[in-house]
Amino acid sequence: MSEVAAPARAPTAASSADNILVAENISRRFGAFLAVNDVSLAVRRGSIHALIGPNGAGKTTCFNLLTKALPLSSGRISFNGKDISALRSADVARLGLVRSFQISATFPNLTLLENVRVALQATYGKAFHFWRSIAAVKDLNARAGELLDQVGLAGSRDLLASELSYGKKRALEIATTLALEPDLLLLDEPTAGMGHEDIEPITRLIRKVAEGRTVLLVEHNLSVVSTLCDRVTVLQHGQIIADGSYEAVSRDPLVRTAYMGEEDA
Amino acid sequence: MNKKLLIAALALVAALIAPVYVYPVLLMTILCFAIFASSFNLLLGYAGLLSFGHAMFFGTSAYITGWLLKSSPISLELALLGGMLVSTVMAALVGLLAIRRAGIQFAMITLAFSQFVYFVLLQAHFTGGENGMQGIPRNALFGLIDVKDSFHFYYVVLGVSALALFLFYRIVNSPFGEILRAIKDKEPRVESLGMKPEQFKYLAFILSASLAGLAGALKATVFQFATLTDASWPISGEVILMTLLGGLGTLSGPMFGAAIVVILNDELAGLGEWALIAQGVILLVVIVFFRRGFVGEIAALMAKWKKPAAKSEVQATA
Repeated sequence: MSEVAAPARAPTAASSADNILVAENISRRFGAFLAVNDVSLAVRRGSIHALIGPNGAGKTTCFNLLTKALPLSSGRISFNGKDISALRSADVARLGLVRSFQISATFPNLTLLENVRVALQATYGKAFHFWRSIAAVKDLNARAGELLDQVGLAGSRDLLASELSYGKKRALEIATTLALEPDLLLLDEPTAGMGHEDIEPITRLIRKVAEGRTVLLVEHNLSVVSTLCDRVTVLQHGQIIADGSYEAVSRDPLVRTAYMGEEDA
Repeated sequence: MNKKLLIAALALVAALIAPVYVYPVLLMTILCFAIFASSFNLLLGYAGLLSFGHAMFFGTSAYITGWLLKSSPISLELALLGGMLVSTVMAALVGLLAIRRAGIQFAMITLAFSQFVYFVLLQAHFTGGENGMQGIPRNALFGLIDVKDSFHFYYVVLGVSALALFLFYRIVNSPFGEILRAIKDKEPRVESLGMKPEQFKYLAFILSASLAGLAGALKATVFQFATLTDASWPISGEVILMTLLGGLGTLSGPMFGAAIVVILNDELAGLGEWALIAQGVILLVVIVFFRRGFVGEIAALMAKWKKPAAKSEVQATA
């Protein structure tokens, strides 16, 4: 699927081949407020990349711009070398850029199996078949079961999603997202609101699903970021103030000031 | 599973012998409104779209079918299909404008269109204006079978209703129906999974309007007249009442709701204006005490009996 970029290439060619997602000078304005201000960002293929920053830094807005959930005020975004600036989120999802949500986005009144099957239906080509029995998509059940198994939910496939605990809902959401076999997975605060007992398994799960694909995540929990991520971009007041490895970024004086008092949170 | 078959068989027998004991026109009215309520249920209960103007499909189709039967020797089933087709096309046009809106905006747009259609039907010559369209003949079915007599006609209506309700059941339990339920639960998530929710809602709107059109077409042949009432907003309101009373989003609830409302209207007809007040009180009681509707509450009770104690905690959080 995702081709491994050759290490030695001319710099210009490499920049498009090595980076799965490139944002150039993107901005988003809400009335007079500039939530994201001229941000340029490149996500390297195969990496786990984190977008961090203090509260109100514009992380979530930036995330919504990258997934096309919000239109850009200005700037350009390309995914796999293709300009996606004018597309909507349903379109980029089909190209292989799929997101999760900060507020758990499962379908509460559907069973776990149905939750995953809905995602599988997106590319199965029978989603508009209103005249057929649901048995028409029975073939998808096996794959849905595998995906549930991958996130450790195989035993509860007939439960309603609303009956799951918070941590398991996040796992279900990841299974649903994986159903689209995304090249790039965008996770919005995957550990938000989780207790300690849930954070460890979800971190492990993210590492597992990151194999063979690229992950960009917005995250508050710095210990998760430090153990998981190859690269960190720090936002403050809608602008990038640092970009690099976790070690490099955490030594950056600007970052230390921005996070003052939050460092050990 | 066998229990379900038994219930279905009993229902079938009951439906077949019913006209011997009950006035056939009342039974046919119930069937028409069962289809109408199901069409509304498809939209609100399964796609989460509240239409305040469903009477436009019901009424227009009633007029078109009536006009076809009056002005040509067309066979009955083609006249029904004709009415249905017109309401389907109408929904395709209205849906283009309405479907991108959600919630109250969608409801208001459908209401506005419905008022517009009402006005057109009032002004058009073929409808007979305020006098309505009288004396719609029941032409022979397939051009062969005489169905003028209400007792015989009941079985035609029963057959058509069974087909329509099966279609409704099929839609709800189809791959498409699964996506609809997902959209109702969390629309942005469906979008993020690479599907365009408005396309699904548009199709649901059209399908719902076809069923509503069929209900209206049947109604015109049952009563043998079509009036402006059929296209008026109280009809749009009544179908909401039926659906909520029976149980929104349950398969059979709205059908029962339709039966209850039709029978109540029939029983309370002698009370004149008071019938409306009684309806209002009943709706109030249902909304306050039985939120899941008639069938919804029964289903919830059965679920409670089936898995007591152990599961009750799960239910509380669900």
